[in-house]
Amino acid sequence: MSELQVNIAGVSFKNPVLAASGTFGFGREYGRLYDISKLGGICCKAVTLEERQGNPPPRIAETPSGMLNSVGLQNMGVDYFLGSELPFMRRAKAAVIVNIAGRTAEEYRAVAEKLNDSDIAMIELNISCPNVKEGGAAFGVNAASAANVTRQVRRHCKKPLMVKLSPNAANIAEIAAAVESEGADAVSLINTITGMRIDLKSRRPVLHTNTGGLSGPAVFPVAVRMVWEVYKRVKIPVVGAGGIASWQDAAEMMMAGASAVQVGSAMFLDPYAPLKIIDGLRDYAAREKLQNISEIVGSVKAYE
Amino acid sequence: MAFIQKNTEIIENKEIAKGFFSLWLNAPDMAAQAAPGQFAHIRCGDKSLRRPISICGADTESGRLRLVYEIRGEGTKWLSEQAPGYNLDVIAPLGKGFDFRGQSGALFIGGGIGSPPMLCAAKAFPGKAFAALGFRNKDAIILKQDFEEAGIPLDITTDDGSYGYHGLVTHPAEERLKSGGIGLVCVCGPAPMLRGVIELAKRYNTACQVSLEQRMGCGVGACRVCAVKVRDKQKDIYMHVCLNGPVFDINKFDVQI
Ligand SMILES: Cc1cc2nc3c(=O)[nH]c(=O)nc-3n(C[C@H](O)[C@H](O)[C@H](O)COP(=O)(O)OP(=O)(O)OC[C@H]3O[C@@H](n4cnc5c(N)ncnc54)[C@H](O)[C@@H]3O)c2cc1C
Ligand SMILES: Cc1cc2nc3c(=O)[nH]c(=O)nc-3n(C[C@H](O)[C@H](O)[C@H](O)COP(=O)(O)O)c2cc1C
Repeated sequence: MSELQVNIAGVSFKNPVLAASGTFGFGREYGRLYDISKLGGICCKAVTLEERQGNPPPRIAETPSGMLNSVGLQNMGVDYFLGSELPFMRRAKAAVIVNIAGRTAEEYRAVAEKLNDSDIAMIELNISCPNVKEGGAAFGVNAASAANVTRQVRRHCKKPLMVKLSPNAANIAEIAAAVESEGADAVSLINTITGMRIDLKSRRPVLHTNTGGLSGPAVFPVAVRMVWEVYKRVKIPVVGAGGIASWQDAAEMMMAGASAVQVGSAMFLDPYAPLKIIDGLRDYAAREKLQNISEIVGSVKAYE
Repeated sequence: MAFIQKNTEIIENKEIAKGFFSLWLNAPDMAAQAAPGQFAHIRCGDKSLRRPISICGADTESGRLRLVYEIRGEGTKWLSEQAPGYNLDVIAPLGKGFDFRGQSGALFIGGGIGSPPMLCAAKAFPGKAFAALGFRNKDAIILKQDFEEAGIPLDITTDDGSYGYHGLVTHPAEERLKSGGIGLVCVCGPAPMLRGVIELAKRYNTACQVSLEQRMGCGVGACRVCAVKVRDKQKDIYMHVCLNGPVFDINKFDVQI
């Protein structure tokens, strides 16, 4: 077993660096820059039962050390994914984690069922998208509804199930515990934090949806704190995301309790960021004489 | 084709009119691939998003890429402060450019900072090219000499009449269309101008391709941020500037500008 290979909910990944959902599409575009099979895995853009058009533009605003987005789950639907995107991703030898979303628990379930017999590694249940009116984060900020949608999907889903948590919940560890008790195999966090920018001249919000989701280095310390809180609360693996841009960020997130990390917004500035993080972690493991990078997971020596 | 990301050396970064800069980069592999209408995505200091700038020229002999930009905010201001010798982090060429197939006469219309991609396109056009450019005033005129040196007949308008025709660029554009021989209109500029030109092209039964702008994320087509509304039969769909554009063929896609 190589020093970077990790196991999450029974699935083996060649390294702990995954592309974060929505920032890497289905791998086609970054595949024109490098071999996408070098990543531990790819969390693809959210897939819904039917095609969705998403929100009107502008859908992005720059912020200090970060960005707001309000894409709103634009995608071609699960059937298109199965027919066109997945075959490409598998040909490219990527480990595929399918991020799924729905308006209702039934819709989530239906998408998960359609993926049952496909060649994917895992499902990431997105109950944390802040940019849609129905569903999305509405499920993720309340423990009872998070538990409900997890239960319904778990019952019909044959794939390992990772639930993606919202930082907009009052107590994210409580949500994590609720989905764990309904059979989630792992949790990933954080999705974006709701934010807003206003243009001084026009007095208009920069985003057409007024508010959007904050990501990038600005959210990193919040994400580290939340991963740490969740890690202490649950037994299932935690996958950390939010502002990771360097191998040091990744290592820090792992010390907080993440078994693997997702890299999102950093890709927009440096498409090669995930590959550099993988190399950095490998060197780090060698320097620290680690048999496997997992040895640092949750290793933070917190003050009493 | 593959995308290229590289640190490219600045050869020249010169103010060509107040607030407008001409940037030459040493980028042989990008210059070799670049097609008119495509853009470069530029990392600007510590800004968290790259800035998209259209390709204004590509000299395959010297291996240089030219971008012309206007200072609009912090990112472009930072760009204007970088001196020759600095290595600029660029991803290019990106997006889909103009399609000249089957055309023998074309009119290239630019509004202000929409003019740079028109220079690149008009020079590359295989038939007879004409240009019409509109600017705020005499001091904001850019690239006039470049068009003249390339032997492209050029009409200039200014909003305040301080140079050339006084008024909208659609006036000289309509005169050109009236005199015939033009099968394609290419345009880049502010939204009202785009709408005016699209209407004009429809009236003269001329093909029309527009280059659009939208706030952008990745620039390569992955994040689906830079959405453009397109009317498709019954419903509206969103296409993307970096993936399906920046150039959109109006006769194929009814873009809502
Ligand atoms: C395909 C394409 C080609 C372009 N070609 C050129 C060109 O050749 N020359 C040129 O001067 N400008 C061009 N622009 C516009 C240029 O990208 C913006 O002026 C620039 O991003 C402004 O950055 P800033 O930091 O100076 O302004 P700020 O207002 O500080 O920028 C804040 C954020 O808004 C974005 N933004 C602001 N205005 C625009 C805009 N008009 N379009 C897209 N994003 C914007 C910025 O990228 C940044 O993310 C082009 C835009 C696109 C989409
Ligand atoms: C443009 C954009 C689109 C996103 N789309 C999704 C999505 O479809 N599903 C999802 O679960 N998360 C989505 N996210 C959230 C990211 O996957 C990630 O959780 C978040 O951005 C924090 O990580 P980062 O700071 O590394 O970007 C999106 C983020 C961005 C910036």
